[in-house]
Amino acid sequence: MDGLHIDDISMRFDLPDGGHVQALQNVTLDIKSGELMSVLGPSGCGKTTLLNIVAGFLAPTEGVIRLNGHEVHGPDPERGMVFQQGALFEWMNVRDNVSFGPDMKGMSRKESAEKVEHLLDVVGLQDFKEKAVYELSGGMQQRVALARCLANDPDVILMDEPLGALDALTREKMQSLVLDLWKDTGKTIILITHSVEEALLLGERLLVMAPRPGRVHKEYRLPFADLGVGADLREVKKHEDYGSTREEILSMIWNMEEEIMGRAEESA
Amino acid sequence: MTGFLVLFLYVAAFFGSYLILSKLLKQAFAKTGFNKLKTVTFGDESAVKANRIASVLSIVTVFMLWVAFTNSSIPLPKLPGPFSGDVTFTYTATLPDGSTDDAEITMRVYREDIQQTLDENGEPGREPPAVEVEPGEGFAKNDSLTVARYGFKVIPVWNNDEVSKADGSVVTHLNGQEVQPGQKIAIPEGVIALTDKGTPTFEPATGLRMARLYLPAPEVVLERFWRLNAEGYQGYTLWEHTRYSLQRVLLGFLFGALIGIPIGYAMGLTNWSRGWYDPIVEFMRPVPPLALIPLMIIWFGIGELSKVILLFLAALWIMIIAARSGVSGVAISKVHAAYSLGASKWQILSRVIVPNSLPEIFTGARVAMGVCWGTVVAAELVAAEVGLGKMIVVASKFQLTDIVIVGIILIGVIGFLIDVGVRALENWLVPWKGKV
Repeated sequence: MDGLHIDDISMRFDLPDGGHVQALQNVTLDIKSGELMSVLGPSGCGKTTLLNIVAGFLAPTEGVIRLNGHEVHGPDPERGMVFQQGALFEWMNVRDNVSFGPDMKGMSRKESAEKVEHLLDVVGLQDFKEKAVYELSGGMQQRVALARCLANDPDVILMDEPLGALDALTREKMQSLVLDLWKDTGKTIILITHSVEEALLLGERLLVMAPRPGRVHKEYRLPFADLGVGADLREVKKHEDYGSTREEILSMIWNMEEEIMGRAEESA
Repeated sequence: MTGFLVLFLYVAAFFGSYLILSKLLKQAFAKTGFNKLKTVTFGDESAVKANRIASVLSIVTVFMLWVAFTNSSIPLPKLPGPFSGDVTFTYTATLPDGSTDDAEITMRVYREDIQQTLDENGEPGREPPAVEVEPGEGFAKNDSLTVARYGFKVIPVWNNDEVSKADGSVVTHLNGQEVQPGQKIAIPEGVIALTDKGTPTFEPATGLRMARLYLPAPEVVLERFWRLNAEGYQGYTLWEHTRYSLQRVLLGFLFGALIGIPIGYAMGLTNWSRGWYDPIVEFMRPVPPLALIPLMIIWFGIGELSKVILLFLAALWIMIIAARSGVSGVAISKVHAAYSLGASKWQILSRVIVPNSLPEIFTGARVAMGVCWGTVVAAELVAAEVGLGKMIVVASKFQLTDIVIVGIILIGVIGFLIDVGVRALENWLVPWKGKV
């Protein structure tokens, strides 16, 4: 059984006051190997919780995750993670950050050198490999994070708003980079984002989640990610379906937010 | 009185030098660099830079005040000094039958620190002899005595007179002025007076400068510094006193860090350790190390062991807390990232938690070193064989204020150098501090 199977996952957090929060309810997803899926939703819809469960940092109260046939328990290098920011190790230079995964496996620097050099080339940081990470710009730091994740050759890459803290121009460049890496490496990627545009551009599949309880609201299959590989993303945005899909999703999320506000007012 | 004058002169120097120099050296007071372009700088902390002219003047001011208020030989402006030299005044003795006789009293006022000075042969100075005077005519004879500066002398004039106090001889005038017992007469050289029982006294004028006992002049302190280096004090040279103190601090801190840091990590990593050590740490943290000195002396005596254990205890809690907060300061995303990259628990500790906690550890180390340095001096003040604290407390008992001041300056300089050293080490080992 190839691919990632999220099988009827529910997640309930008990609160200290005796109540509880249903962060996820009966989420089932099949993600084929090599798929690029983006996840959107208003805050509180459980998308980060879902990612943490897939990564193995949280155990679901119900359901199982299977990757290539085996159940997932706890974090593992087969599932790499790219965080929003601040997850790089400041006490190491760029190259040591990238070779962290191979180092952990006990691979000697000689063995991993070729792969690390290659990845630094791919993300365009060959000239910065001796630099300290705090000397790099935010965009460059996320390039390091991508390379570090890829150095372990994971089956699945989980991205938790990796471009959220970047400025618009850098973000666009990084979106192209993610698409290229996806095509070149053939990795399964799950990307969580707040940006509808990013979700559209970086999602073969686009999942819209709804809050309270966190659940899958609607799923799309989109052509934009394939079109965007190696192309100008601004051209992709001119595609006839792009604008209408964007409006549809935006108003969907808008309505969810309205509903949350309404409920909050009722209870207040 | 003198204290207010010092304060007044100091405050005057602060404002006066600013007012004068800011007019004279407009360039040095102008905003520089990017600050030139800022229209508002008051309240903008980033625009505040230490004016180094002020720093230099600050030290110069302290030095000048020091000189001005002591009997220094440095040719700088000084306040009026104490009277020194010979002075003669008269007293008039009256007998019960009304007959009177005048006689002279000659006082020789000498340096109060004469015994601490050395002559050209390296011999300590001696009190000078009194001026030789003729006894004079009449029943009252001339007297001659010596008195030290800042001193006070009761003059038993009848000792050489032909009639004694018991015969009814009474001093009725001093310097020709009629005086009652208990009255004082000011003369330029000091104050002459009668005691309540009618005996003349002389107190030489003190001026506004301090006696060597209270504040030795800078050159006296400097000279003492060289002598301490060469001859030592209480059987140990200055360097040995310093070395012992430093050695205690370093050993105490080292053991405190070696044991405290692992405990702090354990408290940050496991429930059991946090529960186990929490009550002890929370209890011991607010106990000032100085309060432990008596117990350390009872248990371990006054030798090296008791000092090192005291400093170990002073550093221990600080280092535990530093290491613990170092662990809690690790961003969870870093730990998650490391786990996702295949790190084991041991690798998480050694490759993520330890390096990430270094800034906190160094902050703790700076605090601990400062506390240890303060504690060692205090512990030596209480009881020790050797050490800077011991040196100054013994010197104070012999009223050797110059040694006390040498010790205090040295303690300050070393404390400052320790802090500079730890900071330099920190910049070298934790270059990312404050940059993320």
